[in-house]
Amino acid sequence: MTAPPAIVATDVRRVYELDGVSVAALRGVSLTVQPGDYLAIVGTSGSGKSTLMHLLGGLDRPTGGTLLIGGRDVATLTPAEMSRLRNETIGFVFQSFHLLSRTTARDNVALPLVYRGVGRRERRARATAMLERVGLGHRVDHRPNQMSGGEQQRVAIARALVTGPSVLLADEPTGNLDTTTGQSVLALLESLNADGVAVVLVTHDREVADRARRQIVMRDGVIVTTAPPPPVDAEAR
Amino acid sequence: MRLAEAWRVAVDALRANRLRSVLTMLGVVIGVAAVVALVAIGTGTKQQIEQQVEGLGSNLLIVVPGRLEAGAAPTASTMTLDDVDAVTRVVGDRSRVAVTIQSGETVRAGSRSSFASMQGVLETTPTVFVRRLDRGSYFSRSDVSTGRRVAVLGAAVARQLFGERDPIGRQITVGGVRFRVTGTFEQLGQSLGVDRDSEVHIPVTAAQRLLGTDRIDGLAIRAPDRERIDALGAAVVAALAERHPDTDFSAVTQEQILGVLGDILGVLTGVLAAIAGISLLVGGVGVSNIMLVSVRERTREIGLRKAVGARPRDIGVQFLLEAVLLTTIGGLLGMALGISAALLVDRLSPVPAAITWWSLTLAFGVSATVGIVFGVVPAQRAGRLDPVVALRTE
Ligand SMILES: Nc1ncnc2c1ncn2[C@@H]1O[C@H](COP(=O)(O)OP(=O)(O)OP(=O)(O)O)[C@@H](O)[C@H]1O
Ligand SMILES: [Mg+2]
Repeated sequence: MTAPPAIVATDVRRVYELDGVSVAALRGVSLTVQPGDYLAIVGTSGSGKSTLMHLLGGLDRPTGGTLLIGGRDVATLTPAEMSRLRNETIGFVFQSFHLLSRTTARDNVALPLVYRGVGRRERRARATAMLERVGLGHRVDHRPNQMSGGEQQRVAIARALVTGPSVLLADEPTGNLDTTTGQSVLALLESLNADGVAVVLVTHDREVADRARRQIVMRDGVIVTTAPPPPVDAEAR
Repeated sequence: MRLAEAWRVAVDALRANRLRSVLTMLGVVIGVAAVVALVAIGTGTKQQIEQQVEGLGSNLLIVVPGRLEAGAAPTASTMTLDDVDAVTRVVGDRSRVAVTIQSGETVRAGSRSSFASMQGVLETTPTVFVRRLDRGSYFSRSDVSTGRRVAVLGAAVARQLFGERDPIGRQITVGGVRFRVTGTFEQLGQSLGVDRDSEVHIPVTAAQRLLGTDRIDGLAIRAPDRERIDALGAAVVAALAERHPDTDFSAVTQEQILGVLGDILGVLTGVLAAIAGISLLVGGVGVSNIMLVSVRERTREIGLRKAVGARPRDIGVQFLLEAVLLTTIGGLLGMALGISAALLVDRLSPVPAAITWWSLTLAFGVSATVGIVFGVVPAQRAGRLDPVVALRTE
């Protein structure tokens, strides 16, 4: 691959200060996300997976090391520039969906376009197209409380994708879903990856992790192993 | 585009919490309504008083014993008709000098009676002040010099004593003494809180005999023009001071009376508006409070918006707009309420009210400013929220 890496983390650290006590959630993580990557992060609870995802997504800043997102060093960016960077290069999918409850599926999906300055008509058209892409063309005017968990997560994925990001970050996207629904969400992520979007996901589920092209195992704020999953398994699917 | 979204979200938020929004607005509504209504009443009262003082006639000079300044006790008059002759010599024209001695007296005609303000005056009163007769005629100079018992009745007195009958030539008693009616005044209404239709004018000499005194209460002079008014006042005061070395005299013009009354009313209106302004301030604090609650309630929404690309400023503008919307809607409602209240007072009570553009503009400007001032802290707080922390809140 000759394209520049999407995200480069070098010896990244994140220390939380809590009432004078320092908690080192990340203690030197180095990681590169290439365009079109499919990466699974696994590890025990509290090992720093979510902290790492927040950093990779530009939601948070490291307290040590360097982090380049889309070639830009986040340490040099203002909060407004960080917002813009998130808007343009990252799509984020949360475990608990985080949809606006009084807002229709279409307007939820269109939200990132608002902050990109896209006009209302085009916003709605692009949001509708994205909802059709995730199989929710018949749910555009529904509100989150009128949809199932799997549908809500697909709305959240459509929202993450509507700006055409190069990286999709998903922190336990199937954690709140039953197995079948989780499978369909996963299939959706994989089809996006096939279209060239880099996908990074956090999971507790071995099976989910094994489907990724690369795996990272974390423990106590550091990466302990980086390994591709068993090739036979990957091909079998 | 972003502003349109901020606007939509702000309107949405106010709608979603309708009752809370209305209650928050109430503080601003009441404050603005109070400011508008009180300023209207103050302005109306001032205009009315100005009209009345000007209605007395122009270039008037009123001479009273004592010093005219705030806090000075009223001084009992020592002036007599001889002093009036001296003043007349200074003025050089008797038709420009009026005097008065005043007393409240019961006036009777047959079985009917009326309590009236008896005024002992010279025959010059209708020319010095603007007093028009409805019927009959005023008394003459010879009536004054002979102390003839003739009377001119105010419109209300005439109506009470004679109803629709013509009072001219009829007998009445003033303080038990018989007088003959020679004329009636046109209806005048109230002036400076005095019912001028309850006056009964009689020659000053007759009044002095009735009251057993040779004093007069005060005198008034109509100056020939505005330029000479101050010099004339000084000359009259000097002439009086010469005759009464141990008494002070003051001559005041309409402008001075208007100035003093205007100052008093201005201060009064200002104090009332300030009190109303304080309630507006309290309303603003309420807005601030509710906005902080709103930010807290929507912390997760703020986090999500920031996660998908909202800048701190986008979030700040959204909340500031919400606060300004609250106070400007409240301000408009308050203006409507204040105008209605002022019109109602004007119509249903003797207190006049005049709505001015500047007070409305001010009220609207102030309510928008209150929104900005009291919305800026919650808005900044919302804009600065850390997205990760915000998304984690319950
Ligand atoms: N805001 C915070 N303040 C203080 N400590 C924090 C904060 N966020 C995370 N931590 C700590 O950092 C460590 C890593 O947390 P993180 O959420 O990244 O773990 P995780 O791997 O995502 O766990 P899980 O699998 O349970 O989601 C934990 O010890 C946690 O207590
Ligand atoms: Mg986590």
